[in-house]
Amino acid sequence: MDSTGIVIGFWVLSAITVVSSLLVLVARNLMHALAFLVLAFLGMAGLFITLSADFVAVAQVLIYAGSISVLMVFAVMLTPLASRDNGNSLYVLPGVVAGLGIASLVAFVAVDTEWAERTGAALAESDFASTVGEVGRLLLGRYVLAFEVASVLLLIGLLGAIVLVQERRRAATQSPDEAADTGARDGGAL
Amino acid sequence: MIPIENFLILSALLFAIGFYGVMARRSAILILMSVELMLAAVAINFIAFATYLDADAFSGLVFALFVITVAAAEVGLALGIVLRLYRERRTANVDEADSLKW
Repeated sequence: MDSTGIVIGFWVLSAITVVSSLLVLVARNLMHALAFLVLAFLGMAGLFITLSADFVAVAQVLIYAGSISVLMVFAVMLTPLASRDNGNSLYVLPGVVAGLGIASLVAFVAVDTEWAERTGAALAESDFASTVGEVGRLLLGRYVLAFEVASVLLLIGLLGAIVLVQERRRAATQSPDEAADTGARDGGAL
Repeated sequence: MIPIENFLILSALLFAIGFYGVMARRSAILILMSVELMLAAVAINFIAFATYLDADAFSGLVFALFVITVAAAEVGLALGIVLRLYRERRTANVDEADSLKW
């Protein structure tokens, strides 16, 4: 924790993370926004490594930068018309005000509080020791109930996603949007 | 030596950026990305607290893992909803999904 390498790493990685998450919101193209989001997640994984949380960093790269971004790519690709139209809503000003308010409030609390930080030797002890074994012991020991609930949550999420996106084919009746589409097409032809 | 405040302020910034995205953008997919940013900012907080304050130093890591799990489940479900919305309405903008609006 004391080495200058970690300090430099912290500043570089946090600059990368903040700038690319700002660019997520600036980019007009959803695919570009997605690329910047992946960059932000990779920067966060690097920050986790500077906090000597190696297992969470690897999980972050695998799950966030890997699978979640691939899911997002699918969503962008499957909504081709919608991803062209990517403007702001009416709530830009309230969003700026509320965002700045939240950031300054949390930053004030963070600076104002006297944290009972572990320093020096106690903190140096946790430097780059592998966390995998202890995390696994906690997951299957003290937090085993939460672990099981998380697996049930993932199962239900899987089932819910399947139920949501499956086509309900009715042979005789047309679904309303198809009717609207054909109506619009007929109107255009006339 | 980096003080813990740096990590907390960084996480507050990321959370605020994500909150602005949720408020200000129309595309449901971009709103999802912003929600992911907010969740990841919370995970940074958990890990900073785990490293700097926790005597066991590992409970925060477990909580961050749970945050990542919930984010994965949430994004799967929400993208299903977005695809469904696009199929029904030919749009993925949240301000056009207003059937429930009185």
